[in-house]
Amino acid sequence: MDMDDKVLESLLEEVAGLHEVPQGAYNIRLNGQSASRHSSANIEIVGKTDKPGIDIIIKPGTKNESVHIPAIVTQTDVHDLVYNDFYVGDDADIVIVAGCGIHNCGSQMSEHNGIHRFVLGKNSKVKYIEKHIGEGDGTGERIINPQTIIEAGENSYIEMETTQLKGVDSTVRITKASAEAGATVVVKEKILTHGKQYAETRFEIDLNGEGSSTNLVSRSVAKENSKQKFVSIINGNAKCMGHSECDSIIMDNGVVTALPEITANNVDASLIHEAAIGKIAGEQIIKLMTLGLTEAEAEAQIVNGFLK
Amino acid sequence: MLELKNISYTVDDGKGIIKDLSLTIDDKKFIVITGPNGGGKSTLAKIIAGIVKPTSGSIILDGVDITDKNITERARMGISFAFQQPVRFKGVTVRDLINLASGKNLTTAAACDYLSEVGLCAKDYINREVNASLSGGELKRIEIATVMARKTKLSIFDEPEAGIDLWSFKNLINVFEKMHDEIQGSIIIISHQERILNIADEIMVIANGELINRGSRDEIFPTLLDDTENASAGCSVLRGVK
Repeated sequence: MDMDDKVLESLLEEVAGLHEVPQGAYNIRLNGQSASRHSSANIEIVGKTDKPGIDIIIKPGTKNESVHIPAIVTQTDVHDLVYNDFYVGDDADIVIVAGCGIHNCGSQMSEHNGIHRFVLGKNSKVKYIEKHIGEGDGTGERIINPQTIIEAGENSYIEMETTQLKGVDSTVRITKASAEAGATVVVKEKILTHGKQYAETRFEIDLNGEGSSTNLVSRSVAKENSKQKFVSIINGNAKCMGHSECDSIIMDNGVVTALPEITANNVDASLIHEAAIGKIAGEQIIKLMTLGLTEAEAEAQIVNGFLK
Repeated sequence: MLELKNISYTVDDGKGIIKDLSLTIDDKKFIVITGPNGGGKSTLAKIIAGIVKPTSGSIILDGVDITDKNITERARMGISFAFQQPVRFKGVTVRDLINLASGKNLTTAAACDYLSEVGLCAKDYINREVNASLSGGELKRIEIATVMARKTKLSIFDEPEAGIDLWSFKNLINVFEKMHDEIQGSIIIISHQERILNIADEIMVIANGELINRGSRDEIFPTLLDDTENASAGCSVLRGVK
């Protein structure tokens, strides 16, 4: 196995938990090209003809299947833009694993901009797991800008877990969702930034249907000289429930801004926003030190637990 | 053996919290420190654990001067401290804390044993976060379990009974007695509770930053009791020390 294969294998494992060729449907994108692809009986993956990207078509009623669509950049000076559209059939219940890893050893900036659109059929259920990492010792920046657009049909449910824990120099993460009657959109985000990194998260959720709901939970740690911005916009346009929560630990010279914007356009909309930003409580460190941890070990334990 | 020599702690406005206090705690002793609120008991316990640095004086543990040792070093030398108001952590689970306390990754069964000892149904708690969803009493019991898991030669509990209901109070006494038997270390408990004072080898009374009395339970206990009030109210809180 040559060096590139090792890098690729390690990134695939990190972003998509893949050790080998995945079961079920998958599409692996490498340096801006589709490297391998497999459709299953219920999940069809087809290349777009008008722009880069794929359509993933999940048949109604598909249960207990998964789709893996990792994107890997291992070269410097790659500027990848991809559109992946998921059409989830009525009553389907599936797991989608996406994610992007950039290994940039060169001096040029490499970036991946993935635009993922989900069209959820009635009563469908999706768990969407997305991880972003950057690595490589080059001076070139690693930039990942994911966009997720969700159209949640009646009584559908989507839970998105999105994680970026290291190595991405700059990211603007946009998630937009519209929820029809009875639909639920849950987003759980974990971000750790360090060095001079910048991470911006922007949620825009329209709760349009009666009984729709959303829960946006962001936990983040900003270390060293990194900066983060968290914007959460929830529009309650019907009888609905919306909750967003931004919980951040700042360390060193880290800066975090939280900007909630909740609008109730209907008298039966119930919306809550919570934001808490602060350094690690001194008493937490003291408690762990009384258990024998050093101050640095205590800090690491608290951060790991917070982002677990 | 733990020795405190001429310990003083003065706060910024010049007020003395601990005043030239000296005492020794022999190995394997069960000591209860009592005295009025604001008398300096908790500060003294924090000075022993390294959380508060004394203004003057020295602390000797088994012949080693630990006055300048930090909290971590003292913890590793065998000092444990159970907080009066346990700390909450988002994301850190009960299992994490017990593992950190014991210094190894315990099996689920072993970790659960500590929780059962403090009267918590282990399977309901082991994977819970030590966060605001736990009540004060639950946190208090978890705090005691972490100190039990450390098995150190000196364990200090700052008012362990606060927030513990009467049912578990009986168990709490059993926990301390069992711990004392099994670990064969010294236990220092800061308490106002008659039933805890009752199991002490030795009682120390601290008031106004000074050690005003110390001796065996039989010597000290009668001096703390107000017979009339306690008999009539059935109250387990000692008059004169609350």
